[in-house]
Amino acid sequence: MATRKAPAKSNVSREELLGYYRDMLMIRRFEEKAGQLYGMGLIGGFCHLYIGQEAVVVGLEACAKEGDKRITSYRDHGHMLACGMDPKGVMAELTGREGGYSKGKGGSMHMFSKDRHFYGGHGIVGAQVPLGAGLAFSDKYRGNDNVTFTYFGDGAANQGQVYETYNMAELWDLPVIFVIENNQYAMGTSVKRSTKSVTLFGRGEAFGIPGEQVDGMDVLAVKAAGQKAVAHCRAGKGPYILEVMTYRYRGHSMSDPAKYRSREEVQKMREERDAIEHVRELLVQAGHASEDDLKAIDKEIKAIVNEAAEFSKTSPEPAAAELWTDIYA
Amino acid sequence: MATEILMPALSPTMEEGTLAKWLVKEGDTVASGQIIAEIETDKATMEFEAVDEGTVGRILVAEGTEGVKVNTPIAVLVEEGESADAAPAAAPAAAPEPAAAQAVPAQAAAPSAPAPVSAPAPDTSPDWPEGTAMKTMTVREALREAMAEEMTRDGEVFLMGEEVGEYQGAYKISQGLLDQFGARRVIDTPITEHGFTGIAVGAAFGGLRPIVEFMTFNFAMQAIDQIINSAAKTLYMSGGQMGCPIVFRGPNGAAARVAAQHSQDYAAWYAQIPGLKVVQPYSAADAKGLLKTAIRDPNPVIFLENEILYGRSFEVPDLDDFTIPFGKAKVVRAGTDVTLVSFGIGMTHTLEAADRLAEMGISAEVIDLRTLRPMDTDTVIASVQKTNRCVTVEEGFPVCSIGNHISAVLMERAFDWLDAPVINCTGKDVPMPYAANLEKLALVTADEVVEAVRKVTYR
Repeated sequence: MATRKAPAKSNVSREELLGYYRDMLMIRRFEEKAGQLYGMGLIGGFCHLYIGQEAVVVGLEACAKEGDKRITSYRDHGHMLACGMDPKGVMAELTGREGGYSKGKGGSMHMFSKDRHFYGGHGIVGAQVPLGAGLAFSDKYRGNDNVTFTYFGDGAANQGQVYETYNMAELWDLPVIFVIENNQYAMGTSVKRSTKSVTLFGRGEAFGIPGEQVDGMDVLAVKAAGQKAVAHCRAGKGPYILEVMTYRYRGHSMSDPAKYRSREEVQKMREERDAIEHVRELLVQAGHASEDDLKAIDKEIKAIVNEAAEFSKTSPEPAAAELWTDIYA
Repeated sequence: MATEILMPALSPTMEEGTLAKWLVKEGDTVASGQIIAEIETDKATMEFEAVDEGTVGRILVAEGTEGVKVNTPIAVLVEEGESADAAPAAAPAAAPEPAAAQAVPAQAAAPSAPAPVSAPAPDTSPDWPEGTAMKTMTVREALREAMAEEMTRDGEVFLMGEEVGEYQGAYKISQGLLDQFGARRVIDTPITEHGFTGIAVGAAFGGLRPIVEFMTFNFAMQAIDQIINSAAKTLYMSGGQMGCPIVFRGPNGAAARVAAQHSQDYAAWYAQIPGLKVVQPYSAADAKGLLKTAIRDPNPVIFLENEILYGRSFEVPDLDDFTIPFGKAKVVRAGTDVTLVSFGIGMTHTLEAADRLAEMGISAEVIDLRTLRPMDTDTVIASVQKTNRCVTVEEGFPVCSIGNHISAVLMERAFDWLDAPVINCTGKDVPMPYAANLEKLALVTADEVVEAVRKVTYR
């Protein structure tokens, strides 16, 4: 069995590390519960879990300030929890209930929160990329220093509209951070089977956009890179690309036969590179938290997730009249 | 406490499956995420992971069992130190709780659209007060004036598109706007419809009010995903949270001798989409009043112009601020024998036909729909209740056309008033040819309208 390497010592404070641990664990437990509810038939349609990729959004949210915007694809539950949306509202949207963020009309792939500046949840691969640049355009137009985190996967990175957007984002110095969550598989197609240009962040060079590759299983590395990117954007220097190397433990969606990669490959990542285990070790090693402290956090999160699940089951289905609302403002 | 592991639904359509193989046995300890079984669904063989940690207390469904219904308990997991005997008996398992989504029958209580109204109440109020002074201007000038007035009124309105700035507009609709409002608000884009449309929609999500000019609507097909999937549907998908106040405008339909790829009328395409509003003006006054309404509207608006009409002059009210509401058709000419319904450039052929019909002693009532979504069918029905005959006129393709829709509405709501079948005069069911004579044949003509009226009036 593969073993983890002991992490290098960090100078990060106890509070900060505990925050990351808590936020990442929340996403993982939430997603496990979502998978369970899917299996019970309470969640229907497509459901894409974020398990394994937690350090990406948690690390980047640590760089955001009030008014910053975020937008992503259909694998969006983690982004919503990380930016402070209520787990109850997210879970109830997954079950298609009135208490969901979209009153049950959007579902797993289409959820939004104006309060938290979360602009979806988009089901068309790559469509969120120009939309994210457009959000950044609105901030630049208004002359503030907010930025937009525009997340997309290695699969979306081959869509034409991404490059149309790169061109205009750099041309107009838009404050947008393009976050490529490279989890190495576009559904069942590995990066190597979809392109010969496998260094995805490097594609920005053709447009003059700086970028870098980041270890997405290390929340501290993600945060450090995020801070650099955010500083670049806030200073009015235009867009920045972060290619965050990550891994999804579960299938593309719930109906993924997992024939395109080996069980050993997944197991190896879980055992050697798990982002939550990494922070757990940092906490224990530095004497910031005992096993009991961590168990208490675990319990606390389980309670929140169970409460969300309960809410998602008891919240009523949307009223039939909801069929005809929200078509026009 | 012992927890039951239920047969999972592993695809959106799975109702039952085969428990192909157990990868654990009773007494084994399992970790969350560990693969414990292989299950064959209607699509594939899938690995099934444990959600909770614990010890396998009992296996309830043996491997190889076919037709195991979703939600049937297949195993029992016990916690550390707990006896497997604490597990509930294997069979008969409690009837699985039906998934809530299935608990309510699909056909339950979806309210139907508002019931048909048999007595329509069309809005016949004048568009501007009687006695208003008028000025003559082209459709081009009217459109430019509408944008300039609205950009002056609201600093969040901006114009974006190919050649809208320094070139002064491919069709000169934006002439002078760059000088007046500067490069921050009149933005030249690269030739990249998909990308800049998405950026504009994103800016509208961010609260701005973009006007996107397509050099022609033919090119908007590159961007139609952003128009429909992003702009039109987001309000609904967000439960009313996210609006998209945006105008997509530009010339639509056939111009002259530009052939198939540059000559298509998209009226019926966009009019089909809930979440969009669709406008296709004919006169300069309507172009101005409706564009100002479109820019102020909180929804995505498709504003279909026509290159041939740009240079035509009309009387426009000389008012500081005048708008025309959506969903209000205009009776352009009163008549008694037949109702002619058209919009946009189709009005040219319709009015010409009405003149010729008058010479033949047939009195045609001419209705300009002006907006296609929402569509003012009340005005059409009220007219047909008077004339008992109807011919529709448009340049678009005949299949699933705007005229087809009007015919269907009349069948449902005015059947008893019809003395003849409704005829739809449309463009021909062919890609637009280049040759001058063939192009003429492909377009709808006043002759065809006259002929259709003779048929429905049996003359």
